[in-house]
Amino acid sequence: MDKKEKALSPVRRIHGGAHLPHFKNTAEIETEIMPVNKTVYIPLSQHIGAPASPVVKKGDEVFVGTLIAEENGFISAPVHSSVSGTVKGIVDRALTSAATVKCIEIESDGKMTPDPELKPFKIETAKDISDAAKACGLVGLGGAGFPAHVKLLPSKNANIDTLIINAAECEPYITSDYRECIENVDGIIAATFLLKEKLQLEKVVICVENNKPKAIKKLMEVAANSRDADDTVKLMKLPSTYPQGAEKVIIYSATGRKVPLGKLPSDVGCIVMNVTSLAKLYDFITTGMPLTSKRITVDGTAVAEPKNLLVPIGTPINDILDYMNIDIDSVDRVIMGGPMMGQPVASLDAVVEKRTNALLVMKSDERTRSTTACIRCGRCQRTCPMNLTPARVETAYKNGNIQAYENLNVNYCIECGSCSYICPAKRPLTEVMRIAKATLRRQKK
Amino acid sequence: MSNLLKGSSSPHIRHEDTTAGIMFDVVLALAPAAVYGCVIFGLKALFVLIATIVSAVLAEYLWNLILKKPQTIGDMSALVTGVLLGMNLSPETPIWIAIIGSIAAIIVVKQMFGGLGYNFVNPALAARIILLVSFPSFMTKFSEPISDVVSSATPLADLKATSIKTLFFGMHSGCIGETSAFLLIIGGLYLIVRRVINPIIPISFIGTVALLAAVSGENPLKYILSGGIMLGAIFMATDYVTSPTENIGKLIFGIGCGLITFVIRRFGSLPEGVSYSILIMNIITPLINRIPLRHPFGFKEGKKV
Repeated sequence: MDKKEKALSPVRRIHGGAHLPHFKNTAEIETEIMPVNKTVYIPLSQHIGAPASPVVKKGDEVFVGTLIAEENGFISAPVHSSVSGTVKGIVDRALTSAATVKCIEIESDGKMTPDPELKPFKIETAKDISDAAKACGLVGLGGAGFPAHVKLLPSKNANIDTLIINAAECEPYITSDYRECIENVDGIIAATFLLKEKLQLEKVVICVENNKPKAIKKLMEVAANSRDADDTVKLMKLPSTYPQGAEKVIIYSATGRKVPLGKLPSDVGCIVMNVTSLAKLYDFITTGMPLTSKRITVDGTAVAEPKNLLVPIGTPINDILDYMNIDIDSVDRVIMGGPMMGQPVASLDAVVEKRTNALLVMKSDERTRSTTACIRCGRCQRTCPMNLTPARVETAYKNGNIQAYENLNVNYCIECGSCSYICPAKRPLTEVMRIAKATLRRQKK
Repeated sequence: MSNLLKGSSSPHIRHEDTTAGIMFDVVLALAPAAVYGCVIFGLKALFVLIATIVSAVLAEYLWNLILKKPQTIGDMSALVTGVLLGMNLSPETPIWIAIIGSIAAIIVVKQMFGGLGYNFVNPALAARIILLVSFPSFMTKFSEPISDVVSSATPLADLKATSIKTLFFGMHSGCIGETSAFLLIIGGLYLIVRRVINPIIPISFIGTVALLAAVSGENPLKYILSGGIMLGAIFMATDYVTSPTENIGKLIFGIGCGLITFVIRRFGSLPEGVSYSILIMNIITPLINRIPLRHPFGFKEGKKV
């Protein structure tokens, strides 16, 4: 890449999309390492798929990076200790969804000693990349939590030619991926070239939204220095319309390919990786340190001094709020993830997981409460990136017309939240879409 | 301290626009033309407007109160109906007729069909037509601006005598709010800029009328500047509830309105075609909305580019 060379423009643009306020308050604030000397609760299930099986027992000494639970089947991921200390046992704990999950309780000795047995991971073949992702315990850090080794496995049928690095970070408030781009730009570019070479990809596109010019500039500069002969690593500037970072949307923007319903990115020849996932994978390959800590953006209307914090996985949310000096009585809701797709935290017992990228502490917002009747303004359907008609689904839902859900193609909904966001009547459209999808699923069974 | 927090379904932030905000924008956009109507037609026009506004809001308030429904006057839709109805009446309208109109609009046309969002025709328009067929002699009495001379002739009846400039700035007889095309267009532009309305309906509506007028040998400018076309095309035909949601649907709707307006004006014996044309297209709207114009993203099998 020439230094003069400009970033690519999207190949295609999606229909609709919402113009959100960015609220990137923490963009220019250096990541702060949160000191830990308490107890962490590391969930055995932090990914889509089967929960990991514990390999430690009460009283075991562990270090940062020690394997404490191994994967259980193909779609699963191992879990590592995020602190050094003593295993206190396996406990049930309520997490985001208010369902209890088995967690390994580890009392930290406060020293954060890395496991002495950690060593760099040798990469020779394409399969080694997938193995490294598995050994690292890597899951989709953008929020999906899908085990990364599964999509990196070069299977015979998949005709993968494009790797898309997702640094869009289209949700308001969150800047953890942006900080990764700024603070670890060398790692990202090195990892990009490594993957391109080992997976024998024709094309790599690093996608960043155009509201992050600094990240774009930095990535371009470093990429220019390490350019290879065939010059196939490109940077793409995406428009900052939500949801640019959604998998189907970013594939369409980067390649013009549409992922059909029920298909995966690999079916259209693409792998999409979150930028922090990529950086973490490279970190593991070079140092051997698996995924044990996460950079999370702590922000929201109830936070006076928003920050990016580097916290060990398994840290209870209560400890983070204490550290941030947030008065819990002024808080209405705590959301794990972004304001558009994040999950509300049912109790402060919830912990930071691998896929957590933000913690939003919100005051009460009356705007989300008072609804009026639908005035059929059509904004929901103009905004829907999947070209659906949320208001009509709501009517079908109110009429109990389950057959209509299918006709209205609710299964295409990616639950991005744009329809509810834009609705002037403040109707809970996304919620209804979600219920409609679940109803259809149940009925099919 | 309880460790439990409030839950809510994502998304957790909402756009600032509200139903009431949109309705208020419409009132703001209508205000210049309404005020102008009061200036040129005098106090009697002001009284008609006040009567329709107050009785519309009051009718909605009482309906909700008596039927023990949640109060909905806060969404401002009754206010919009009141203003629109008043602007669609002649300044010579007796107050009691104006009040009957408002009650008909809110109770009969809107609330009896389920309230905001469920009415199948525009309440103000339907009320105007109810008044027109119930009290034809009162409803076709117009007065000249400034003076108190009562004349039954609107510019529609003798188009040739009125200049384009008069029509554009609204110094002619007609309903309270329909005379000044200039101020109505300003209001329409405001709504387009604020993204409250989509320009497809007004442009296709007015464009169709102008085209047909030109083809039939009339002066297209005079044709579209007279009568209720501007008020109807910009503010009544664009009513969300009773117009199609898709862009192609809006185009069909606008062209249909223009066509029917022209046919009624040119060949019918009615004094004005705008109200009927929009009403007819309102009724057709559910059918237009059923045209499958929309396919979800990735609907066709994904092809490699």
